[in-house]
Amino acid sequence: MTQPKAPAPGLQRAGARLPVDEYSRRLWHRRWFVAAYATSSNAVGYEGNILGQAWQLLTPLLNIAVYYLIFGLLLHTNQGIPNYIAFLSVGVFLFTFLTSSLIAGSKSITSNIGLVRALQFPRAVLPVSVTLVQFLRLIYSLIVLIPIVLIVGEPLTWRWILLVPSILLLAMFCLGTAFAVARIGAKVPDMAEILPFFTRVWMHASGVMFSIQGYAKGHAAWIGQVLSLNPATVYLSLARNALLVQNPVTPTTWFLGVAWAFGTLAVAYLYFWRGEEEYGNV
Amino acid sequence: MSEDRKPTVVVDNVHLTYRVLGGARRGGAPAALRRILLKEETPGQRLVHAVRGVNFTTYRGEAVGLIGPNGSGKSTLLRSIAGLMTPSQGAVWTSGQASLLGVSAAMMAAMSGEQNIILGCLAIGMTPNEIADAYESIVDFAGIGEFVHLPMNTYSSGMGARLRFAIAAARVPDILLIDEALATGDASFRRKSEKRILELREQAGTVFLVSHGLGIIRDTCTRAIWLERGVIVMDGDANEVVSAYEDKHDRGARSAPSTPPATTTGRS
Repeated sequence: MTQPKAPAPGLQRAGARLPVDEYSRRLWHRRWFVAAYATSSNAVGYEGNILGQAWQLLTPLLNIAVYYLIFGLLLHTNQGIPNYIAFLSVGVFLFTFLTSSLIAGSKSITSNIGLVRALQFPRAVLPVSVTLVQFLRLIYSLIVLIPIVLIVGEPLTWRWILLVPSILLLAMFCLGTAFAVARIGAKVPDMAEILPFFTRVWMHASGVMFSIQGYAKGHAAWIGQVLSLNPATVYLSLARNALLVQNPVTPTTWFLGVAWAFGTLAVAYLYFWRGEEEYGNV
Repeated sequence: MSEDRKPTVVVDNVHLTYRVLGGARRGGAPAALRRILLKEETPGQRLVHAVRGVNFTTYRGEAVGLIGPNGSGKSTLLRSIAGLMTPSQGAVWTSGQASLLGVSAAMMAAMSGEQNIILGCLAIGMTPNEIADAYESIVDFAGIGEFVHLPMNTYSSGMGARLRFAIAAARVPDILLIDEALATGDASFRRKSEKRILELREQAGTVFLVSHGLGIIRDTCTRAIWLERGVIVMDGDANEVVSAYEDKHDRGARSAPSTPPATTTGRS
């Protein structure tokens, strides 16, 4: 892109994309807005109900109850996985965070177009804030999940601390994917219609409801290796390793988790930043 | 034209286009699929060429009124000065940040006035400390009293408009852009907000005002730019331009030459 010269000293081009360091500094300056906007949009979602904010905790609780009813009492399908309800709940809550931040990210520009058209701020605020909303929901789910995991007989060990880096790496990965789909979704709003199909396929390839290792046993070795590269599988394994016994991970899994998180976030952030001047024109 | 005047906004051969989705599509899903398969032009997806080659320069201390019929490109031009829309051709140059007066997009009806003041102030780039300092004066200016603790969807439309204006006017940008914000609330609040805009104008370098209230343009602006279908028809002294505009558009409609619109357009 050719940069025309300023017609007079002291003038800047309106809406010009800032260098990435200055852009990031402005984004950091907006951290209070990100936090306030995310917590408000999260709270508004339940405000019309009689029980209000209690639904933040009731929704995950009811989810676990339904899994217990279907998989524990009706189907008896634990597929050889010890403590299947806990295994399933960790998988579903984490994967829900992944898919919902992906879908919210793809709509983050289009659903906030009023803000984009009225106020000047680094547009990266929007994917960050929609991901933060989903992250808050994940935290509420974990608050419900943790006592249940203890009740169903998992021992409380030092390994539980590993849940913190597991979740943070997953959050970084999700923020990265949100940046990527936010730019695509701003150009092609139809993305929001396609993504649910993609996430459904992804869910079945990620071992949300079954063990990837168990599945891969009957197939060629490379299938298991390829499946275990899947970032969703990686983060589910890390979180299950932290909370549940008999779900060990190798250092390779940790390495993959770090690589996916930092790699995706860095590449996608730059990709989103490069589109900065496009977002107001949709 | 003296040479020592400082330019604040330079609009250099600006063209603005935007894409419109939806609208004129007909025939439902089968017709849409047929269009995709036969690679026909989708009638609903159009490019609107809203501004076509506009040039002007404004200087420190000017208050510029943008006038023109609906769809003449006034608001689109304002957005490109604010840096919110990128011109498809040409460029807009500003000294300092130009900001639209308005925060309604950041506010949430289910939240209390108090929470919305914080949210709105953060949205226009204030820090928590600045908000703590400005909070009392915003509540006073809006004059909503105890309602500040209730959700905004319990407010009357006048109260909501007053609070939105009070938040938006809390910060003084280098270049202030106002899109039809003057006609909010009742008569006494309108006087109050006009006074606040005059204050902002003294502090800000340059003010742009888009309004259909030609009287307001005459009273508050030093200069006016008349746009018609995305092109400048006339640019000069506010009184002269407004008179020429009235001559063209109000011929035979002399009875009400400069009444401001009674209600806001929802974009304060």
